[in-house]
Amino acid sequence: MIRTMYKSGTALAAVLLAQFVAPAHAASGWGELNMPVGVTELSKKIYGLHMMIFWWCVAIGVFVFGWMIWAMVSFRRSKGAVANTAMLHSTKAEIIWTLIPVGILVLMTVPAARVLIDIEDARNTELTIKVTGYQWKWQYEYLGTDVGFYSTLAHESNAARQLQSGIDPRSVPNYLLDVDNPLVVPAGTKVRLLLTAQDVIHSWWVPDFGMKKDAIPGLVNEMWIKVDADKTGRYRGQCAELCGRDHGFMPVVVDVMSKEDFESWLAARKAAQQQAALAANRNPSIS
Amino acid sequence: MATHTHTAAAHDDHDHKPHGWRRWVFSTNHKDIGTMYLVFACTMFFVGGTMALIVRAELFQPGLQFVDPQFFNSMTSMHALVMIFGAIMPAWVGLANWLIPMQIGAPDMALPRLNNLSFWILPFAFMLLLGTLFVPGGAPAGGWTMYPPLALQAGDSFPMMIFAVHLMGISSVLGAINVVVTVMNMRAPGLNLLRMPLFVWTWLITAYLLVAVMPVLAGAVTMLLTDHYFGTSFFAASGGGDPVMFQHIFWFFGHPEVYIMILPAFGVVSEIIPAFSRKPLFGYESMVYATAAIGFLSFIVWAHHMFTVGMPLAGQLFFMLATMLISVPTGVKIFNWCATMTKGSLSFEPPMLFAIAFLFLFTIGGFSGLMLAIVPADFQYQDSYFVVAHFHYVLVPGSLFAIIGAVYYWLPKWVGRMYDQKLATVHFWLSAIFVNVLFFPQHFLGLAGMPRRIPDYATQFADWNMVSSIGAFGFGFSQLLLPFIIIKCLRSGAPAPARAWDGAHGLEWELPSPAPFHSWEVPPSAAVIERGAEH
Repeated sequence: MIRTMYKSGTALAAVLLAQFVAPAHAASGWGELNMPVGVTELSKKIYGLHMMIFWWCVAIGVFVFGWMIWAMVSFRRSKGAVANTAMLHSTKAEIIWTLIPVGILVLMTVPAARVLIDIEDARNTELTIKVTGYQWKWQYEYLGTDVGFYSTLAHESNAARQLQSGIDPRSVPNYLLDVDNPLVVPAGTKVRLLLTAQDVIHSWWVPDFGMKKDAIPGLVNEMWIKVDADKTGRYRGQCAELCGRDHGFMPVVVDVMSKEDFESWLAARKAAQQQAALAANRNPSIS
Repeated sequence: MATHTHTAAAHDDHDHKPHGWRRWVFSTNHKDIGTMYLVFACTMFFVGGTMALIVRAELFQPGLQFVDPQFFNSMTSMHALVMIFGAIMPAWVGLANWLIPMQIGAPDMALPRLNNLSFWILPFAFMLLLGTLFVPGGAPAGGWTMYPPLALQAGDSFPMMIFAVHLMGISSVLGAINVVVTVMNMRAPGLNLLRMPLFVWTWLITAYLLVAVMPVLAGAVTMLLTDHYFGTSFFAASGGGDPVMFQHIFWFFGHPEVYIMILPAFGVVSEIIPAFSRKPLFGYESMVYATAAIGFLSFIVWAHHMFTVGMPLAGQLFFMLATMLISVPTGVKIFNWCATMTKGSLSFEPPMLFAIAFLFLFTIGGFSGLMLAIVPADFQYQDSYFVVAHFHYVLVPGSLFAIIGAVYYWLPKWVGRMYDQKLATVHFWLSAIFVNVLFFPQHFLGLAGMPRRIPDYATQFADWNMVSSIGAFGFGFSQLLLPFIIIKCLRSGAPAPARAWDGAHGLEWELPSPAPFHSWEVPPSAAVIERGAEH
């Protein structure tokens, strides 16, 4: 009996634990428990650091909470515990519980510093995109080409998010995480993003890319992403710095394409942009 | 006859106080001022709590059901300002007023008229702040952090908020000066610094932090004001200013501010745990040094609030290391409390329950704080609900639980009556359960990618937001028990003895209950100090 209980107990614990550490891309909300592993070189390192520090905290927690619970269970007055009032301090214990945490901190710091140095190494990028935050949309410009466009909340989401719109958000695909013109980047390429803003501070965040960075008026920030070559697809995020009334409604959507697809997309975009410019020149009244 | 007159005069000396409104408006008495601070804090706690419930009601499900996004932003901003400056800080000043003179053997605070002023500034500050709800453009909606350029987009609320912050700052600095002067000059003869109760110690260090950083905040918001109205451009990039500089200045205030709200809580817990373990505090001196170390470190970690603004690598490394170092003295404290309980004789009256919940839940907040210190991981956590969960874990089951624990611990001393301990235990369990239902799921939301300060969210965040909102309403309504228990105690509580808890030590327990209007008119004798100052 006890044995079956023990067995089902461990099974349950294992399921719960698996839930907790499982990467969260399940569509159901209950499964959204942890940081995504992500699809870039850096996001995996960042996820690794996150899990390392998480398990350190679990280990310290087991010790500290175990101590507290043990003390609370063992030294109850209702069970006749008598206080040892001579126990005032112990230099040895105090030195130990100062030095061991310092040691653990060093163990945490070294890998964290390594990843940080990688993050800051923005050399040898192959493509630079300027990202500008506005209240409340993003502008993307592919530096060195004429290609540039704005990216705003998709129409369907925008209709549903009005106060008492009567539209069920669950009926809208990718509610609040869909835009008209997603940013397009090639997979397997080190892409440099230059971030700035036109009005107030915004922050550009795609959890699957492992990073966010503030877009600040008057300053240009830099970050880089390198999506794994096989991880093409659509990734979604949001503005992460309070930027006014519609802060919750300026999503970031990125289409990651293979290099070839990206080149043809860029060429088509260039052509379209040139044609639009020509049309504008021929008929100035339009502009 | 002569004897009679003599006694009457003596009685007059001891208990002379004006009656009616004059007693409160003109009060120079540390207990009356302390009461006013605590009543004010409690009122603001419910005002700020209502704002939080408006936020959580809107977030109960995806879509916008109740409020406009701008008003939602006002609610998050005002909730923070009201809770920090209106509830937690005044509650600590109120407790300092009530307790410090009794604990150090003084008759009153050193500067009683200043004390009156520092309280009476507050109602005006909050009339200004809450008045912004009714002006064109609505209340401040740029976050309590007031980051420019967004903060400069506010309407008429902007100068009102700035002046309200100025007034709160003046009030806090005056209160802090009073604490420093009282502790330094009014201690009973023989009560040297290293025999003071830890609540006095932690408050002394808090007072120094307040004096150091509140003027920095005043400077920062004044620069905002001149940027807005007088054409300066401290923070406007178009005029050669730097929006990030505001964040540096703000957090140079803001991080010590965090410790201003938590250090007195360490003090309270260091009093309650020994009392209900019936055993002196373990490692008293290392507790004092750890508090001082935390106070010092709080000045050199501010930029960990802004890792994503773009900083040089060396800067990021420095602030990461300094931040992680804070966990060392904090760990010393946690271990000392655990060691205090070890080999004690524990009982679980309401103050002890709140102190133990503090121990567990503050530690969880400490863990998430350690995670946030790791810069690369912070690039994910920053400005997500993970941060919201973190600071609410240190502020609600941290500071707030310590304040409630303190009230339940010293209330019998203040009013001379015992409260309904069963009901207070119910209050504890409701608070402890709902606070976790409220805040624990926010860790998941943040890790899964939900940014903070958004009025509406993608549907994959719906389930845990609903849980969190249920926790919020449960927690909020449970808190109504606190004033109910206090009022019931005042009306019909059984008389409490001078030493209301058998394990309680400290000079305040050597006074009769309720404590006399003027605490120690004659300094306590060496023997009384000896008995009281056992840690």
